Amino acid sequence: MLHATEILGAEVYDVQGHFVGRVREMFIEPAEQPNRIARLLLGRGKYRPLVARYDQVAFVAPGTIRLNVEEQRLEPFRPNEAWLAVRKDLLDQQIIDTNGRKVVRVNDLDLAENRLNGTVELRVTQVDVGLPGAVRRLLQGVVSPGVIRRIQEKLPPKTIKWEFVNLIEPDPMRRVKLRISMQKLAEMHPADLADIMEQLSPVERQAIIASLDEETAAEALAELDERLKTQVVEKLGPERAAEILEEMEPDEVADLLAELPPETSQEVLRELPRAEAEEFSELLQFPENTAGGMMNTEFVSVNENATREEALAWIRREEPDLDQLDSIFLINAQGVLTGVVPIGRLLLAPPEQPLLALRMEPLLSVPPDAVEATVFELFDKYNLRSLAVVDAQGRPIGAITVDDIVHRLWKQS
Amino acid sequence: MNWPKLIERLEVWRSRGILLEHRGRRLRRRVLIFLAIIGPGVITSNVNNEAGGIYSYSLAGAKYGYAVLWMLVPMCIALFVTEEMCARMGTVTGKGLSDLIREEFGFRITFFVLLAVLVVNFGNVLAEFAGVATALELFGVSKYISVPLAAVLVWGLVVRGTARWLEKVFLTICLVYFAYVFSAFLAGPDWPAAILHLLPPPLLEAIPPVRPLVTPAPLESGYLLILAALMGATIAPWQHFYLQSAVVEKRVGPREYPRVRTDVLVGSISAVVIVFFIMVCTAATLYVSGHREIHNAADAAVALEPLAGHWASVLFAIGLLNASLFAASILPLSTAYVICEGLGFESGLDHKFRDAPIFYSLYTALILLGAAVILIPGAPLVRIAVWSQVANGFLLPAVLVFILMLANRRDLMGEQINSRGFNAVAWTTSAAMIVLTVLLLYINLFRPDVAAQAPIP
Repeated sequence: MLHATEILGAEVYDVQGHFVGRVREMFIEPAEQPNRIARLLLGRGKYRPLVARYDQVAFVAPGTIRLNVEEQRLEPFRPNEAWLAVRKDLLDQQIIDTNGRKVVRVNDLDLAENRLNGTVELRVTQVDVGLPGAVRRLLQGVVSPGVIRRIQEKLPPKTIKWEFVNLIEPDPMRRVKLRISMQKLAEMHPADLADIMEQLSPVERQAIIASLDEETAAEALAELDERLKTQVVEKLGPERAAEILEEMEPDEVADLLAELPPETSQEVLRELPRAEAEEFSELLQFPENTAGGMMNTEFVSVNENATREEALAWIRREEPDLDQLDSIFLINAQGVLTGVVPIGRLLLAPPEQPLLALRMEPLLSVPPDAVEATVFELFDKYNLRSLAVVDAQGRPIGAITVDDIVHRLWKQS
Repeated sequence: MNWPKLIERLEVWRSRGILLEHRGRRLRRRVLIFLAIIGPGVITSNVNNEAGGIYSYSLAGAKYGYAVLWMLVPMCIALFVTEEMCARMGTVTGKGLSDLIREEFGFRITFFVLLAVLVVNFGNVLAEFAGVATALELFGVSKYISVPLAAVLVWGLVVRGTARWLEKVFLTICLVYFAYVFSAFLAGPDWPAAILHLLPPPLLEAIPPVRPLVTPAPLESGYLLILAALMGATIAPWQHFYLQSAVVEKRVGPREYPRVRTDVLVGSISAVVIVFFIMVCTAATLYVSGHREIHNAADAAVALEPLAGHWASVLFAIGLLNASLFAASILPLSTAYVICEGLGFESGLDHKFRDAPIFYSLYTALILLGAAVILIPGAPLVRIAVWSQVANGFLLPAVLVFILMLANRRDLMGEQINSRGFNAVAWTTSAAMIVLTVLLLYINLFRPDVAAQAPIP
């Protein structure tokens, strides 16, 4: 096994044994092959640098490379956006370990030699993020490679397999050229993804959000640190921001919009479908520490005269948000709240049971201006999963669920 | 989901929430206003008035009177300019200073920069423990008791993660330093002379009527050493790393940046103003009375006598002890963070020892070794404190050069790249520090006659 540090700076000789130059950089061409070192950049002091292709390399050892062609056959170097540079794009940079779900810094690359009829191909097998790589970087060229190898044998290795390495490239054009896919990131749990994004720079965060689909982006955004959340949304541009916010829960969107500068949140609201925009602007009226500020405007309400079977059929058809499906609100013909049925009771009831017989006693609700502490107290006293918020006429306008409560209390402790 | 358990936990949170609600509302508003003014910039600049700094400022005033005051104006500008660059880099790139050095200059350079930072910061940790030892000696507590206790306290408090509120306590006690402001007025210094000395000496030489009022700056090694110590005490390299990390950690966005900039400005000015009063105070008491050397805390405390009389030493001891503990709880931790982040090792108190062995070892070793060195019988405590600041001054130009190169990179900073004026001030500061360093080394190595003229205690 070889290491990138041992190849960078190596002396290169051509087929006749003439010195050509030193390896300044190594390139991978992900479009051709994901982990092969496809080109070596050979620096020659004041002369124009040359490029050796992988099939022109005959022998590789730490510090020395022999080619199987003459120097005249090598191409002059022309920068190429589609080449991934080991020294510039990988060494010392942060990458995402999609397996360990964290951000790490690259110390070195482990390379495997692949011998094929007279040529030696180098393939990146894993990324070194531990002490051995660090020691190699420090001592390379100062101490002989043998000594370095002996030291590193005693150190605990810490590596990440190349297939679990996710590069972070802020430029979307180059991301395409380098075949960098964010698929593995999108498959992560949103909370993990948010943790990773918090460790990255603003540009990189933006790059990740930009490459995710709206739904995943919304989930990750919801888990993000409050201040970063607004910074990310601010930079998204109103159109894309609206697309993502549509996928988020209304109370979260309302909190987020309240944090944005007024002009920006106006712009975003303008991009949202009319009904949703109205809903959010309504939510925005309520101070954050009141029931109105805590509630979610998505809730399930059915006519009080419905049976269990009718209610279930209705729910199946409407497909309400699962997070809001803790309880069902019963309303009369005037839309006034007359009862709350926890989903558990509904589950156990026979099909023909009228919902009114399943409702909880006593009937609890709060006005939107009720303070936080009142809401906490009700949840605690009656062991609630959700609580209805009603307007002056007693009509439900929103629901506070237990996850909102946990979130608030956690923030305060 | 285990509902009874969750409800039970909710009950605990609720009781805490309600408690906070009742007790905290008024307090919270006050704290918010306090925190709005006191951001990372003010904290960073004021943590600086720690043991090494206090002794350096006191010594400068005692030994050279007003003749060192002219340093304060350029120092204040340099402090603002260098700190602002770090705050700006933190905002734009979202990365710490050691991370940026690593990404742009590679592993080996980073390693040596961080090694130098480690050595110099260790000197500062020594100064903090020296501060604890000398402060408590004023109360008759032996350093063999005070220093191990302080080490255990600092280690335990930070590892148990109670540092947040503690920071505020320390910061509040920092107000003790306002005692120097009152003491300076009560000591009745020669104000016109003090103010005049804020101007650069060549300018004063050029105005004939002013000349008799002015003490000329003596060109001797002790004077140069004090200048280096003053620079190192005020513009310490570690505080740039610390400030940038704090800005990143507070998630400052471009929108909040102007506020951070103001915060850095307020911090720089307030720090230098306090330094001004400390030096005027020591000049008006120690320098005037001919008591020009500072060997221990009792000597330095004399500067507070006009205000506090016999209580001067108590006041000084409280201030020094607080500042030393404050810095001692921040320095080893931030050093371990900076080094582990730059070299890519796991860092952070939320990890277990097994997951971040290097981080914890570094942190613990800094505290243990720092305390151990101070416990060596007959260790020259004040000299350690002052020399640690000189070491800061030596490292400063190197760190500044990196900061400058990074802040001038358009691919990193975009529109927020350094302006010409900033570059001019920062390069001048670096150049001045390099000249000072070379001059000091030259005098100490090749001109023992000059070096012997005015040795530092």
